Amino acid sequence: MFRRWRTPPPGAFTLERQDHSLTLPPIDSRTDPDALLQSLKREEAASQKGSLKIFFGMCAGVGKTYDMLTAAREIRSKGVNVAVGYVETHGRRETEDLLNGLSIVPRKAVEYRGAIFSEMDIDAILARRPTLVLVDELAHSNAPGSRHAKRYQDVLELLENGVAVFTTLNVQHLESRADTVAQITGSIVRETVPDSIFASADSVKIVDLPPDELLKRLAEGKVYTPERSREAVQHFFRPGNLTALREMALRLVAERVDHQLRDLMRSQSIPGPWKSGQRLVVGISPSPNSVKLIRWARRTAYTMDASWVAVHVETARPLGDGARDLLAKNIKLAQELGAEIVSTADDDVAEGILRVAREQNGTQILVGKPERRFRIRAGMLDRLIERSGDLDIYVVGGDETVTRKAAPPYIPEIQSGIRQYLVAAFVVSLTTLVLYPLREPVGYQSISLLLLLVLVFLPLKLDAGPVLLAAALSAIAWNFFFIPPQFTFAIGLLQDVLMFCAYFGVAAVTGVLTARIRGRERIVRSREQHASALYDMARELAGARSQADVVSVAVRIIKKHFDAEVAVLLSQADRDIATAAHPAGTLPMDEKEFGVAAWVYWNERKAGRFTDTLPSATGTYYPLSGPRYPLGVVGIKRSIDAPWTFDQEHVLQSFFRQLSSALEREQLNEITKRSIVVAESEKLYNTVFSSLSHELRTPVAAILAAADTLQSERGKGDNELERTLLDEISSAAGRLDRLVQSLLDVTRLESGLLRPRIDWSDVRDVIAKAVEDVSSETGRAIGISIAEGVSLIRADFGLLVQSLANVLRNAATYTPAGTPIDIDARIRGNEFGITIEDSGPGFPETAVPHIFEKFYRVEGTKAGGTGLGLTIAKGFIEAQGGSIRAENRPEGGARMIILLPYSPPDASIQEADS
Amino acid sequence: MSAEATVLVIDDEIQMRRLVKMTLEAGGFRVLLAESGGEGVRRAGTDRPDLVILDLGLPDMDGMNVLQNIREWSTRPVIVVSVRNTEQDIVQALDAGADDYLTKPYRPGELLARVRLALRHRADPEAEPHLLPDGILVDLVARRVMRGSQEIKLTATEWSLLALLVRNEGRVLTHATILREVWGPAFAEESQYTRVYVAALRKKLEPDPGRPRIIITESGVGYRLKGIA
Repeated sequence: MFRRWRTPPPGAFTLERQDHSLTLPPIDSRTDPDALLQSLKREEAASQKGSLKIFFGMCAGVGKTYDMLTAAREIRSKGVNVAVGYVETHGRRETEDLLNGLSIVPRKAVEYRGAIFSEMDIDAILARRPTLVLVDELAHSNAPGSRHAKRYQDVLELLENGVAVFTTLNVQHLESRADTVAQITGSIVRETVPDSIFASADSVKIVDLPPDELLKRLAEGKVYTPERSREAVQHFFRPGNLTALREMALRLVAERVDHQLRDLMRSQSIPGPWKSGQRLVVGISPSPNSVKLIRWARRTAYTMDASWVAVHVETARPLGDGARDLLAKNIKLAQELGAEIVSTADDDVAEGILRVAREQNGTQILVGKPERRFRIRAGMLDRLIERSGDLDIYVVGGDETVTRKAAPPYIPEIQSGIRQYLVAAFVVSLTTLVLYPLREPVGYQSISLLLLLVLVFLPLKLDAGPVLLAAALSAIAWNFFFIPPQFTFAIGLLQDVLMFCAYFGVAAVTGVLTARIRGRERIVRSREQHASALYDMARELAGARSQADVVSVAVRIIKKHFDAEVAVLLSQADRDIATAAHPAGTLPMDEKEFGVAAWVYWNERKAGRFTDTLPSATGTYYPLSGPRYPLGVVGIKRSIDAPWTFDQEHVLQSFFRQLSSALEREQLNEITKRSIVVAESEKLYNTVFSSLSHELRTPVAAILAAADTLQSERGKGDNELERTLLDEISSAAGRLDRLVQSLLDVTRLESGLLRPRIDWSDVRDVIAKAVEDVSSETGRAIGISIAEGVSLIRADFGLLVQSLANVLRNAATYTPAGTPIDIDARIRGNEFGITIEDSGPGFPETAVPHIFEKFYRVEGTKAGGTGLGLTIAKGFIEAQGGSIRAENRPEGGARMIILLPYSPPDASIQEADS
Repeated sequence: MSAEATVLVIDDEIQMRRLVKMTLEAGGFRVLLAESGGEGVRRAGTDRPDLVILDLGLPDMDGMNVLQNIREWSTRPVIVVSVRNTEQDIVQALDAGADDYLTKPYRPGELLARVRLALRHRADPEAEPHLLPDGILVDLVARRVMRGSQEIKLTATEWSLLALLVRNEGRVLTHATILREVWGPAFAEESQYTRVYVAALRKKLEPDPGRPRIIITESGVGYRLKGIA
């Protein structure tokens, strides 16, 4: 639930709220539980993360760096490990003096297009493990090729690694203030920092200097060199500007203090008259004006202490590439500023925004002022206001200059490709050619209907632009070739003029309407595809029975649906990322790619191609987050080198969520299975222990007793007694030996070290050997029947004899003495089968599935036996590629069937000699 | 049987050494003991025993090394002893020149019989006809097999096989040895030949081929011709 409050990390999508049930009614003066949770979370997170202190000023030259260094020196004097990550002195003497004696981490040289940039070396800093790092100029943009695009991202990573950071920031670099600053100073700010960083900083120190003092410092050359100073004073550092910036800076800090006060009251349950549960809904579009709207919304939301949602309504009108990029940029901006993003599809933008606002429990709606154009229908804004009910609507003005310059014209949008236009022209020419001879018999007016008929079919294959062209061309062709006077554009009769206009109108409207329906259909189809892909994924993941299964399903579906190469790296038992990609993946991983994946794993943020972090990678990497620790990383490389559209990214994210939960489910399954195994093995341990101690003790006791008796009776001349006692000793020792053999066999099976030596073996020999062992031991007669032609099979002689002997011994032990036991051996197609039948009581039906389990014993049977014989038999048979099963004979008694793979031996051997 | 024959027992288990010594002395042999491979090799050299009983599982060196070491300078019979799970070791030992093998646990009588058999093989095996169970007589010189007064006809390969087994009466022969001796070194892997011909021989010699009494299968190792010892 707290996710709603957490600022989504850059690049991550929060597509829907996790929970609606706990949201309070819009206006409520009680403590909002979510907000309370948030302040708790913040404290909790703060205990592990490094703290961030921002030295905040209205502009350059107020002494932020100086203040920061002074504070750092003071802290260092208390014995804290302080490192300088990046400090720019601008050649100022006082500042340089302060830097003396501080430990400076060398910068990293980054090469980009031949130029060398020196940037902060974040890895070197982390390797030093300082307690506090000084990082100047938070808003700095790193040279391409650095890990992060922006320095603030470096700082976030430092913080996440538990390092405290001091940094400096000017008010004009705050994202939400950027355009206000641009309005005031006339210069556009490019390097901006999301407001969330400012809001989440642990402390902000304002470094203030009255404008006239700053100007004095400037004049004394303490800020810039004299020439630059003069230039600066003329442009940026005008007293009016400075005052405005100062006001903005002070106001921001005041707002922050206000927030802190509210937090404090909240956490200490001080009742206060605050409003909570406000929620702003901002409609964004692929318009440059949206940027201003978004920033405005962020400021308002912050001031109102409200959460906010950015809504994008997708209409049937397809977006051009430029518009799509602009939309993506706007969405990203909103995200960075802390908005949740919701995308919905509706033909009517107003309707879409209102629906989302109601679903999301919005209290206010913010929209941009629509550009004024000729409109026949009621404008979007009118409809919005008309249907908004109790929702408040704010309309924010656009930036005139930006609008004029950059607003992309919507219709006609050339995006269909030249081929479609050529096809349109060709079809019209052909139709004209075909119809020309019909002019006389049917008359030119009927021709227009035929032309129209052809035109109606065009939108089935062509877009709106080409259809419009076809409409125009066919109108012209009709006029030129058919309407008298022929071969002129002149039209003789008034009714023909009317007809011509009507013709063109009908042609154009038909074309455009059909194209529009097709556009909508395309959206519906793409959504349907996404939905069905998600459904596919959900269904297949539900059926996956292991982590490996889950991964291969995910790889297959992502590959199929997105036409991309996929790599999956899972977390290991030690919670580190796996050292190699899962074998089901198709994206090859080298050292560098793996480095990106590891970064994503540990930071739980996406990185790689088309992101701000490590964009030089080949693939884009997404974290698979679990509730307790990361589950893994998915790497994706599209077959075409282009970023995902918003929609695709949306679906991808849904995929990953499903994948994560499936992986988590499998992990939990594993854990459950393991604990069941532990419980079972404890039970087993008890059974085994009692059974084994019985089995071991009995013969040992017999040997001891017999040996003792022998010793005491020695020399008394009772030869009969001596022989009996010696027989006892020998048979007990034999029993002990068999037990040890069984235990060794089981160990051999379970250690996986059993390597059958498959060789040609004589069936008669195998059976004879096993029968001899068992009958000499038990005294039971065993009938043997071997089918004609059965001679050599491929098997491990020793293992097969022992398996067979174990089965026979089992039959001999649990059937009454004197009842028959029979062996039958024959070839069954490509299998060789041995059947062992007895006429004893058979197995209880409930026992049949468990007969081959280790230490399993049919309840109520006589003591003796280890419960290992059949387990060993099964293990040995299976090691040779065969199978064994048990069943009850319908006529009474038990039957065991051993099957081994069979291929006939080389028949020529014998003939060669005899 | 030479009452003077000396047997060297190499085994690290004191109880086993004691029992084997008792058994052999009761059988009329002189017994020397060695409790490690190193000592065994040394005593085999200095005391010149007539036969060596070697346990393959020794603490200081691999029993196989002891065997190879002895085989480098001596052709005296060596009987290897091992636990059951090491059929592969046994085959390896036999192929490396051991004369016979026993698996632990074994019965004292079995041990004595094998020792006597191994010592007897030092004498000329060809001299007189061999009597097999069921009254079968094999005359290696005349190349003839008789059951009572009736001759049993064998093919050339069957005869070579039987002759090899008879010459090594009571001793186990590995599949590889049989294939090499009867069919030649190129056939060392063709184990189906031995199976087919042993089955054929049994059919001709054994009273009940389903329960062989003459040619005994040694699980996973090879065959042994059971003599009337």
